[in-house]
Amino acid sequence: MKKYSGFSLFKHSLSHHENWQAAWRSPQPKKQYDVIIVGGGGHGLATAYYLAKVHGITNVAVLEKGYLGGGNTARNTTIVRSNYLWDEASKLYDHSLDLWKDLSQDLNYNVMFSQRGVLNLGHNLQDMRDIERRVNANRLNGIDGVVLNTAEVKEIVPVINDSQDIRYPVLGASWQATGGVARHDAVAWGFARGADSFGVDLIQQCEVTDIVTEEGAIVGVQTTQGFIGANKVACVTAGNSGVMAAMVGLRLPIESRPLQALVSEPVKPIIDTVVMSNAVHAYVSQSDKGDLVIGAGTDSYNGYGQRGSFHVVEHTLSAICELFPMFSRVRMNRAWGGVVDTCPDACPIVSKTSIKGLYFNCGWGTGGFKATPGSGHVFAHTLAHDEAHPLAAPFSLDRFNTGHLIDEHGAAGVAH
Amino acid sequence: MHHIYCPYCEETREEEEYSYTGEAHIERPKDPASITDEAWGDYLFFRSNPRGIHHEMWFHAAGCRRYFNATRDTHSYQIHETYKMGELPTITAKTIAADTLAAQQGDAS
Repeated sequence: MKKYSGFSLFKHSLSHHENWQAAWRSPQPKKQYDVIIVGGGGHGLATAYYLAKVHGITNVAVLEKGYLGGGNTARNTTIVRSNYLWDEASKLYDHSLDLWKDLSQDLNYNVMFSQRGVLNLGHNLQDMRDIERRVNANRLNGIDGVVLNTAEVKEIVPVINDSQDIRYPVLGASWQATGGVARHDAVAWGFARGADSFGVDLIQQCEVTDIVTEEGAIVGVQTTQGFIGANKVACVTAGNSGVMAAMVGLRLPIESRPLQALVSEPVKPIIDTVVMSNAVHAYVSQSDKGDLVIGAGTDSYNGYGQRGSFHVVEHTLSAICELFPMFSRVRMNRAWGGVVDTCPDACPIVSKTSIKGLYFNCGWGTGGFKATPGSGHVFAHTLAHDEAHPLAAPFSLDRFNTGHLIDEHGAAGVAH
Repeated sequence: MHHIYCPYCEETREEEEYSYTGEAHIERPKDPASITDEAWGDYLFFRSNPRGIHHEMWFHAAGCRRYFNATRDTHSYQIHETYKMGELPTITAKTIAADTLAAQQGDAS
């Protein structure tokens, strides 16, 4: 892999940027791998990268049915934060946030991580009490956070409607200054390029149609490009985890639902932070291009359609227009849906299964993007040692039988 | 936006009148105290979550306020039928597969 640098940019400008090395190879699948990762999104590629980099396991293939980073990695609203309530979740997400800070240098790829701060608004007394509790819990866990009142929110976001006469007045917010946004495509591409440089095979247009087991152990996968053998298979197929599990007769505590987002036409800089509101199901930030990036809620019912209900978008936009009356005449450019795995406790599953050599990393629900590096890092450890990383251990599949759930419905961005 | 036929009201109404209440035909264990943690967890949390035909409960919240079942395709979003509580679906993944096969054989002959 040729390193990207200011000098290489200058050098290639002399040949009109026509001779850049491809960011990754497009190899034919081998007959047998140590580890097959199903799903070439951010989490899958991050897992492959850390498997190779940290654990030295490079005989790895990432199988992707479409193109790299074309699923939920390309469909989210790019928010990164770690202000979760419970110890287990906050440690996992904060581990991820730590990795985000050096990710561009580590990958030699600019993921445009911008720590512009994240506001979570409170609209009634109970919201504010929950925010106080969550911020205190965060600070005990070493995660930065402060509770702001209406005037302090207004100072950070001057365009917000601070009237107390509206249906959902802004009474205050939690503020995590180290939160922010990153460029989602670049995250997938950076991890892909990094993994490829260690010799990981990234195989696109290769859909897994069956998982093959013998005597309760993994032997490989059937794909649209034929059978590929493997000692370990790791499913990182957000949205389709239930479909993968059904191939080996497993059931998961997951329901797949569409989550929607939309972007406006580009406008001049108006919001330089991230504003989220659980109560009214709306969040907004502004991309470097100037688009307002808006996230809506999930549909109430299971669906694999990658499109959501219109009334969900309507609900979100009415909340956005109340919070930001000046946005009422901004035109929306595009709207889309992604299929998210929702778990009963709004926390992910990073786990071994009852089948030897089969692992699942799923259930990130509506907020998996922020966890991309951390998820890959701890899951790689789980795969390499056949034993959960200490940070991933609480997120095992058996918590739904032991009852040790980690209820993060309050801190998840979108209720589900 | 789904248009859903309520088998009790016998009318087709918009999705917003209803709430979705999850997978249908999951029976509560008769004696929860006597079963294992695995069986209880499976009952509470584990779902089939298919990509395709799904039998699910809906609640007519802004209508008759009764629960009923629907057979819906989670990929095409087509609602094949709705039926009252206690009844069994007439359309399942198996009947649809059989119909498709019959149609293909019909084309071939």
